[in-house]
Amino acid sequence: MKNWMIGLALSTAIILPACVTINIYFPAAAAEKAADKIIDEVWQLKQEQKAPVETPEK
Amino acid sequence: MKNIWLSVLFVLSLLVMNGANAAADLEVNTPKISALKASMQARHGQLGPFYSSGAVGLTKDGMIAVKDASAVPLKDRGALNGLVSSENADRADLYKEIANANGHPEWQAEIQSTFAGRWIDKAQSGWYYQSAGGWVKK
Repeated sequence: MKNWMIGLALSTAIILPACVTINIYFPAAAAEKAADKIIDEVWQLKQEQKAPVETPEK
Repeated sequence: MKNIWLSVLFVLSLLVMNGANAAADLEVNTPKISALKASMQARHGQLGPFYSSGAVGLTKDGMIAVKDASAVPLKDRGALNGLVSSENADRADLYKEIANANGHPEWQAEIQSTFAGRWIDKAQSGWYYQSAGGWVKK
């Protein structure tokens, strides 16, 4: 029983940091999404796309 | 004993899912980021004509630079330089703040290079951007 507990504690100690590592990698796709959102707001790109729809010319 | 393993597995799978969720989105809604966005948006009204005339271009490191000061009357060049340096200060703050808001200050350089590509992708045609070989008209 004691051995089991030690084994369990050891394997958890090894596996846990491996799981946390996932978060350390730079999330490139999420960063692109965030960048797009901010750039659209700063350059007001979403509004420019809507403009032709809102102002019928003929 | 089986029960212990099952519960350990369960906890581990929760942790893995948690990690995946955290990676799905970057936090960009802090008050400081909103303020920077508003400031850059307001400045863009003034910078827009300079992008179009080629006086200012997008650099490959996610900043902007005076590309051709002669496209601007002498008397406006001081104002142009001021706009460019305030814009770059805001951009640097923005990249740093996004990294900090997500608890990873070391991501700043990668965030900056991600933005560099996106600014250029979203630039209007006719604007200038910096490539490995120099300034290119989009």
